[in-house]
Amino acid sequence: MTTTTIAHPEYNYKVVKQFALTTVLWGIIGMAVGVLIAAQLIWPALNFDTPWLTFSRLRPLHTNAVIFAFGTSALFATSYYVVQRTCKVRLISDKIAAFTFWGWQAIIISAVITLPLGISTAKEYAELEWPIDILITIVWVAYAYVFIGTIAIRKTSHIYVANWFYAGFIITVAVLHLVNSAAIPVTLFKSYSIYSGAVDAMIQWWYGHNAVGFLLTAGFLGMMYYFVPKQAERPVYSYRLSVVHFWALVSLYIWAGPHHLHYTALPDWTQSLGMVMSVILFIPSWGGMINGIMTLSGAWHKLRTDPVLRFLIVSLSFYGMSTFEGPMMAIKSVNALSHYTDWTVGHVHSGALGWVAMVSIGALYHLIPRLYGKTQMADLKLVNTHFWLHTVGVVFYIVSMWISGVMQGLMWRAVNSDGTLTYSFVQSLEASYPFYFVRFLGGVFVVAGMLVMGYNVYKTVRGDKQVAAGQTQAA
Amino acid sequence: MDYGTYRGVYTLILLVLFLVIVYWAYSKKRKKDFDDIASSILDEDVNDKPLKKESSNDND
Repeated sequence: MTTTTIAHPEYNYKVVKQFALTTVLWGIIGMAVGVLIAAQLIWPALNFDTPWLTFSRLRPLHTNAVIFAFGTSALFATSYYVVQRTCKVRLISDKIAAFTFWGWQAIIISAVITLPLGISTAKEYAELEWPIDILITIVWVAYAYVFIGTIAIRKTSHIYVANWFYAGFIITVAVLHLVNSAAIPVTLFKSYSIYSGAVDAMIQWWYGHNAVGFLLTAGFLGMMYYFVPKQAERPVYSYRLSVVHFWALVSLYIWAGPHHLHYTALPDWTQSLGMVMSVILFIPSWGGMINGIMTLSGAWHKLRTDPVLRFLIVSLSFYGMSTFEGPMMAIKSVNALSHYTDWTVGHVHSGALGWVAMVSIGALYHLIPRLYGKTQMADLKLVNTHFWLHTVGVVFYIVSMWISGVMQGLMWRAVNSDGTLTYSFVQSLEASYPFYFVRFLGGVFVVAGMLVMGYNVYKTVRGDKQVAAGQTQAA
Repeated sequence: MDYGTYRGVYTLILLVLFLVIVYWAYSKKRKKDFDDIASSILDEDVNDKPLKKESSNDND
């Protein structure tokens, strides 16, 4: 602690450190829960006949832990760091920033307690019940105040592009949360959504897909626009493209939700609109990806020696892959095959483990040593080990889910000449078992990588101060 | 104006607005400013401490 307060007396790094370290902790826990439920799909006995450990209750715990505990803590940490350094001013309020940290941790703990108890609104990615929803709203308003307030008191004349993405993410998530969580409380732990039927479904997936678009995309693109240039030591490939990228992305993403509801009670025109907007979304997504990767143009050799940069650049390749796959899966005829199968699960994890987790891990490997007055992580070899464990894990995961998903889609639609179904559901499940095992194995690799990261972070935080020329601040 | 026409006009306004942003971002006048902003995050000495003075005018 003291080393940093000496090195950087004017910036508030305390809250950044808190969020950065909890990101690692929640990453390990959230992904470990994922591995447990992946194992339950192969060995159902692993729920030990305990209601709290059933798949149905642990699955929302896994998604909440990785999205809102791991991912969002990473966004808090990096956004507070980036906004201070690019606006060249300390956070507008240390007290409110501290409140966002403790408030957010309280929300995560509430989720960890209520979800295994079966207390849930049953809205995907918005399972938490109304008292927790109110706490989320309060903490989020505080976050918006700290972030946007800091931009307002900036000492620079411009607002660096990363801050635009972070601010867009913060504002949109507030709107999404307020609209989708509107509910009538019946008891302290039970509420009913004010929407019903197809409208409820549409609101839910307007929320759900924009949680992907703004939390898991715009926020992490903010991270990308700061940490990729910093780690590559080169300015972003095209700043003007980043401006167009921002406005194109935020104006298009909001319309893509209906692709989650193809061939349902949702009106056909809404489904088609959602499909078209999802396909168009390919353009800004790839514009942004190219902008990130091309930042390295002329310095590709750095990838050979810098495992941190490798995390960041490979995350962008996974981003490119999943933003190609996504629009394709949003096409109704493709969706007829892919929907409700493991292909969707594979797609989500190519985005979540490939893009979101890798860009966060890369950013943390850049951030953590700097927060503690070091030049780099305690053990760069272990960063490289983590990179390979993670990459192999993700590839195992998504390839097994592709095969399993396409197979399921084909088996479910196969009909005999008399029009009866060729396969029962259980037959398709049996066919998926080997792939569930490969998926489990991929998850084990990813969690092993996170444990390596945890150890490396511990060594970096605890280790003696590295004094390298040019890095020490007179202060 | 009926609902359909209103939505059509609204969409057109958004499209024009977007094209204006593209034109603005790619206009020659902005190039130097944008290059300066893009490089500004790499200047460690400046970045490690907040600025004391008001506006720095570093991208004029």
